[in-house]
Amino acid sequence: MATVVLKLGDDISTDVIYPGRYMATVLPTETPQFAFADYTEFNEKLRSQQVAAGSVILAGRNFGCGSSREQAVSTLKGHELTIVAGDFARIFLQNAINLGLRVVAAPGVRGTVGDELEITGEAVINRSTGERFPLQQIPRARQAIMDAGGLISYTRRRVLEQRSKGT
Amino acid sequence: MGMTVVEKILARAAGLSRVQAGDVVEPAVDLAMSHENAALVVNQFFEVFKGTGLEPVIWDPSRVAIIFDHRVPAESAKTAGNQKKVREFVGRHMIRKFHDIRGDVGGICHQILPENGYVRPGSVVVGTDSHTTSHGALGAFAFGIGATEMASVWSLGVAVNIEVPRTIKVNVTGQFRKGVGPKDLILRLIGLLTAQGANFKVIEFHGEAIAQMSTSGRLVLCNMSVEAGATSGIVPADGETTRYLREEAHVTDPLHPVLPDPDAVYDQVLALDVTDLGPQIACPHTVDNVKGIEMVAGTKIHQVVIGSCTNGRLDDLETAARIMDGKKVADGVRMLVFPASGRIYSQALERGYVASFVKAGAVVMNPGCGPCLGVHEGALGDGEVALSTTNRNFKGRMGNPNSEVYLCSPAVAAASALRGVIADPRKGAL
Repeated sequence: MATVVLKLGDDISTDVIYPGRYMATVLPTETPQFAFADYTEFNEKLRSQQVAAGSVILAGRNFGCGSSREQAVSTLKGHELTIVAGDFARIFLQNAINLGLRVVAAPGVRGTVGDELEITGEAVINRSTGERFPLQQIPRARQAIMDAGGLISYTRRRVLEQRSKGT
Repeated sequence: MGMTVVEKILARAAGLSRVQAGDVVEPAVDLAMSHENAALVVNQFFEVFKGTGLEPVIWDPSRVAIIFDHRVPAESAKTAGNQKKVREFVGRHMIRKFHDIRGDVGGICHQILPENGYVRPGSVVVGTDSHTTSHGALGAFAFGIGATEMASVWSLGVAVNIEVPRTIKVNVTGQFRKGVGPKDLILRLIGLLTAQGANFKVIEFHGEAIAQMSTSGRLVLCNMSVEAGATSGIVPADGETTRYLREEAHVTDPLHPVLPDPDAVYDQVLALDVTDLGPQIACPHTVDNVKGIEMVAGTKIHQVVIGSCTNGRLDDLETAARIMDGKKVADGVRMLVFPASGRIYSQALERGYVASFVKAGAVVMNPGCGPCLGVHEGALGDGEVALSTTNRNFKGRMGNPNSEVYLCSPAVAAASALRGVIADPRKGAL
């Protein structure tokens, strides 16, 4: 069971998740401090570690639209948040899978701050309201990368295979 | 069953005779572009090789391009440090398509790539920037990726596990009226499709209005296709593409244009006629919040920005300079002009556009992304309103969540700067 700690609408851009003015900070070890920097109260909670790992940000459609900045993913990954949304923008979704941020797409998903969500292999169940929202499957092209534990380790394995073949 | 342009490009790049939407392929990458975020790519690239005992080697340095544009010249010691790190890496790994902060060959990545002939019709281009979609203007399949994915491309030379996207065909007929152009067309299209209407899809542009459009205008369309969520925009290469590459980019080697099959399968086909189209404005805080100019004319503005990878090219500056020549920027308005590249800056100087801007009271800045993404210069104060030819107006985009950004064409930006309010360029300015 995971608790919703932030509720957002549709089309949440990477400028909102990780404002451009912090883009000079790139390392995944340094980006978490700027997550949702303009949501000052929520950002303060994250930085003072009042948000438990696995907590849920609940959003509508097209979460992560806009810039390709990977900081928008590493900043959330740093707090081990789970993002449950109606669906995701392409580059954000790809970056999330590449870095191992937990993202769950469930079209029409509804809830509010404080709701308890159960996330199974098939659906998101809002235990506070009783509603059930079937999952949209992650694009199958990405499955191998998820299985490898992220793109760095996937690529590392491919590089080793290539070199051992002498190609 | 035929193939779309992107299906054909991906089939070739993956060494297959045919592919269709939904197939998973690994296209060979023809060009891999990064800007300052190469600092993160470098970090992730070293991570890939960590513990392998192998020397980190880029698969083909001649296919890697790095352009500094987001924070030029560096606004902080942190940025300067990142840029220094990238410079050292570029030197060690023999990356020749490197454009540092220079007044002659520097500029915004999405202008540097076309004007140097780095992008060819039929090629696969990836970039660690969402507006990499721009390069579809030259008939390439060009899309944005994250920094870790770029580290993977540098290591392997392919984009791993790419799902062939479905394609929306947009047929554009008619002729633009004076004061209306490609920016108004793409804003209108984004308004129709919405910010998510083309998610995971390609927008393929056709029709007489596209055939008559310059490469500069096509770059505007493909640049902003991502604002409807598109993986890429693309204009199949034609005579104008060849003209641009030969005459402006000085490419001499053979070109291999890729065209869609007449019986290609499209996800959706849209028709637009631009004849009666007026100036369009994207209102705060989403790019798909598009209105005809009559709905917002008279809105007070504090800052006008002309520039960016969307509208900082020579024809954009020409349009704006003609409107402003001999006139003055209104009191209470700050006007900033950012030519998209050093080459464009020089051309604008020679043709007198820079003089027109400066005499009018505008500030002509160095080529680069400028205030578009709020990291460098031209930030807004609380409650202030900007009118900008850039491509995004998300909350906080121009450096302050308590400000507003409206997006428009260069003609609207120039006419409005003179009046201090959003103004229709067709009324007296042209």
